[in-house]
Amino acid sequence: MGAPGEFNLAALARYGNDFLAEVEERVEEGEWVKMCMQCGVCAGSCPFGPDWEHSPQKIFMMIRAGKRDEVLASDSMWMCTSCYNCVVRCPRKLPITQIMHGLAAYAHRLGLAPKMQPTRRWSLLFWDNCTKTGRVNELKLTLGLYFMDGIVAGFKQAWTLRNIGLGMLLAKRLNPFELIRGHECKDKAGIHRMLKKAAEIEARKRGFAKP
Amino acid sequence: MTHAVATNQTILVVGGGVSGMTAALEAAECGRQVLLVEKTPTLGGRTALLYRYFPKLCHPTCGLEINLRRVKASRNLRVLTQAEVTRITGARGDYSVALKLAPRYVNENCTACGACGAAVEATIDDPYNYNLSKMKAAYLPHAMAFPQRYVLDPSIIGTPDGEKAKAACRYGAIDLGMKVESLEIRVGAVIWATGWRPYDAAKIQPYGYDRYPNVITSLEFERLADPHGPTGGRILRPSDGREAKDIAFIQCAGSRDENHLRHCSRICCMASLKQTQYVREAYGEAGKSTVYYIDIRAIDRFEDFYSKVLADQTVRFVKSKPARIAEDAGTRDPVIHGVDTEGYHRYATRHDLVVLAVGMEPSVNGADVPHEIVADSSGFIESAASGGFFAAGCASNALDVNRSVQSATASALRAIQIVRKADRVEA
Repeated sequence: MGAPGEFNLAALARYGNDFLAEVEERVEEGEWVKMCMQCGVCAGSCPFGPDWEHSPQKIFMMIRAGKRDEVLASDSMWMCTSCYNCVVRCPRKLPITQIMHGLAAYAHRLGLAPKMQPTRRWSLLFWDNCTKTGRVNELKLTLGLYFMDGIVAGFKQAWTLRNIGLGMLLAKRLNPFELIRGHECKDKAGIHRMLKKAAEIEARKRGFAKP
Repeated sequence: MTHAVATNQTILVVGGGVSGMTAALEAAECGRQVLLVEKTPTLGGRTALLYRYFPKLCHPTCGLEINLRRVKASRNLRVLTQAEVTRITGARGDYSVALKLAPRYVNENCTACGACGAAVEATIDDPYNYNLSKMKAAYLPHAMAFPQRYVLDPSIIGTPDGEKAKAACRYGAIDLGMKVESLEIRVGAVIWATGWRPYDAAKIQPYGYDRYPNVITSLEFERLADPHGPTGGRILRPSDGREAKDIAFIQCAGSRDENHLRHCSRICCMASLKQTQYVREAYGEAGKSTVYYIDIRAIDRFEDFYSKVLADQTVRFVKSKPARIAEDAGTRDPVIHGVDTEGYHRYATRHDLVVLAVGMEPSVNGADVPHEIVADSSGFIESAASGGFFAAGCASNALDVNRSVQSATASALRAIQIVRKADRVEA
C-alpha cells in the first residue's frame, strides 16, 4: 500500500478507459459523451430506433466501457438521418446527432467503418462531387447513386425513374449537358485552398497526421 | 384584523404552508412579534392536500392540527389570509411592506355551518383537488382550513347567488360589500416561505398530459387516493371512471432535464414509492405498480422504505426514462414506449393509468419579489443583498416536508437575529 492519495498505477491502468479519452480528444463533440446519464430517451425517441444495432445510449455506454472495435465498426452511426429528435429530447442536451456524425467520420478516417455501408458510400460520392468544382453536380451525383451498385442496377433504376427524369428535362430542371462539363464555382482554386486549410486546422486540433 | 400593528421588531413571514407556519411559530414562540401572510384563504399550503407522508405513511392532517393549535395559542402571531405582498422598500432591520388584502366576503361571525354553500348554486373548479372536481362558489377550502370560515368566490358577487348566500346565513357573517384593502406595515426581517408549485406537465410534450385523460400528475393521484378527494379515495380513471389497477409511475417528469427543470426535485422518488403502497392498500395482490426511473434517489433513512417496496411483489421497476406515451384509441389505455437501460430492450407497455412524478418549481420563480433577491438557476431563493430576507422550505430548494420544517426553523433563527439587532439599536 502506498501513502494515502497515491494510486497503484499498474492496477489503475487495467481500468483506464483509453477509448473514452480518445473519443473526447479526437471525435467532434466527443467531450459530451461522459455527460450521458443513460436514461434511454434518445434510444426510445429515434424514429429508426428498431433498425439500428446500437442506439446512441448504447454507443455511449460502449465507449465508456472501452469497446473500441465494436463502436468504430458499428454501422449504427451511419443510420442517423439527422432528424435531431434525440437532441431536442435529451435531458442533458447532448448534441447526439453531431456526436454520431463525429464518430462516423472518425471511424471512416481510421478505415474501420463498414466498407459497404450505403450511407458511407453515398457520403463519399457527395463529398467528391461537391468538392471537385465547388458546386454539386446533381446529374452526376444522381447517376452516381444509380450506378453505385453496378451497371445493371444503375440502368434498372434509371429506367424505373425515366418519367420523372423526362419531366424534369421538360421543366428545365435537368440539363443533360451538365454530364459533359457542368458549371463550376468562380474561384475553384480558392475553395480547394480553403478546404485544405480547414483540414490542416482539424488535424492540428485533433492531433491527426497532416493531410 | 386589518389593523395589524407592526414595528421594525416584527418578522414578516410570506406564505402559510408548512414552512411558513413553522417559521412563524418558532419565531413567535421565542417571544418575537410575527405577521404571517398567506395568499389563499387558508393556511396549510400544499401539504394539506397530501393523502399521506412518506416514509411512515401517516396523515398530514395530524401535523397540521398540531401546528394550528400552536397558531391559535400564540399571542405573538397574527395571521392574514388572502393577503399578498405588493411592495417592499427599506433596508435590513427596517422594511416598509405594502400588503393587498383580497375580500373574503365573510366576516368573523362565520361558524362554518355550511348554509351558504348549500344555498349557492354556482360551482367553480376546486383547486384543493387540483381542479379534478367542482365545488360550490361559497366554500370552506378543506376540512382542516384555518381560519374555519367560508369564502365567497368573487365571481358570485353581484349575482343572485351572492344574495342567496347572504340570505342563508343566520349569523350575519356575509358582507357582500367587502373591498380590496391595502395595508402598509413596518417589519425588521422577512422570511419568504412562498413554497412550490408542480411543474406544468403539459410542457412535457411526449408524455401527452394535455392529450390523454389517463395520464395524470402525482399530485392529482394523491387526491384520488385521499378519502376526502374527488373519488372518495377510490383510484378511478379519469376517462371512464373504471378502477385503475395497473398503474405506471414515471420519474423525473420535468426534473433533471435541461429542457424543463434543471434540478432534481428530491421528493418525487419517495412520493412514487409511497404511492405504490396506495395501490397495494387499495387492491392488495391484485394491484400492479410499475416504476420507470433513471435512478432511485431514496436518501439516508428512506433507503429502508425503498427496500420494503423493492421486496413488494406487486411493484416492478424498469430502469428507463420513457421516450413517449401513446394512447390506445379504443380503450384510451396509455401505452409507454422506451428502451430500458438494463439490456437495452425496446418496450411498449400498456397500463390503466400513468402517473407523472412531476417536479417542484419555486412559486416565486418569475413572481414579483424584490429585485435584490438572488435566486439560483432554477429560481430558488439563495440570499438577498440587504441581508434581511431569508428563504424557508421550498422557496429555498426542492425539499420534503421534514427538511422544509428544518429549513424553516433555521430561517426563523436568522430572522430573530436581525430583529434582535434592531431591538438593541432602538433601546
